[in-house]
Amino acid sequence: MANGSSRPLSPHLQVYRFQWTMALSITHRITGVGLVLGTLLLSWWLIAAATGPDAFARAQNFIGSGLGLLLLFGWTWALFYHLANGIRHLVWDTGYALDLKNAELGAYIVAGASLALTILAWIVGLAVW
Amino acid sequence: MTSQSSSKSLRSPLAEARGLGSSKYGTEHWWHQRLSALALIPLSIWFVIAVIAHLGADYAQFTAWLKGSPFSAIMMILTVAVTFHHAQSGVQVVIEDYVHAEWAKVASIIAVKFLSFALAAACIFAVLKISFGA
Repeated sequence: MANGSSRPLSPHLQVYRFQWTMALSITHRITGVGLVLGTLLLSWWLIAAATGPDAFARAQNFIGSGLGLLLLFGWTWALFYHLANGIRHLVWDTGYALDLKNAELGAYIVAGASLALTILAWIVGLAVW
Repeated sequence: MTSQSSSKSLRSPLAEARGLGSSKYGTEHWWHQRLSALALIPLSIWFVIAVIAHLGADYAQFTAWLKGSPFSAIMMILTVAVTFHHAQSGVQVVIEDYVHAEWAKVASIIAVKFLSFALAAACIFAVLKISFGA
């Protein structure tokens, strides 16, 4: 790919061996964008509640539908993933755990915690629904 | 009053003091993204618990919750405000990384920021309307 000048380009993604840390890195960004789309449902939910009983019932019906539940499940995991990995980033920002061993350990903790918290939230959620 | 540095550089003393170089920006964007991330740790945990507690709630139950508890209404407003602030600042970075045509980059950043602030205002107004008695 030409960059319109003779300046060197950084190596393309294909030259790197796959590592879990890179998968977690791009997943952080993907879940972030996914959560931004989720704010549209949050907006609908709140605005519907302020509009009236009919509008709120429509929003709750959508959330309770098959598609609504699937989206909600995805957003639950995305939120816990982005939260857990966000905390991992904040730890890095303090200068700790930047070495390869701790970066990989953090990756496993984030992946495990996001799945565990999602399952926990849904067990509790379905129990009280 | 001529400083030592101005004799070596074409930069004005003010530009030297600001220390921003040619980028025009410093660490503000980065700092506000971290600050909102930090605030969202307790807010998003509260939000998940609040949503679980009101799954399947009807209109009366839901509005009674935000009306009856100033704490809940304030937490919801904070969650919405910080979430949209964090969202637009994050999407801005994504756009800057992947959209290289200058006009498309600037246009999409403006669109995302306008939409985020409009939705945040609508959500906050919704919470206030419920809370003050819709």
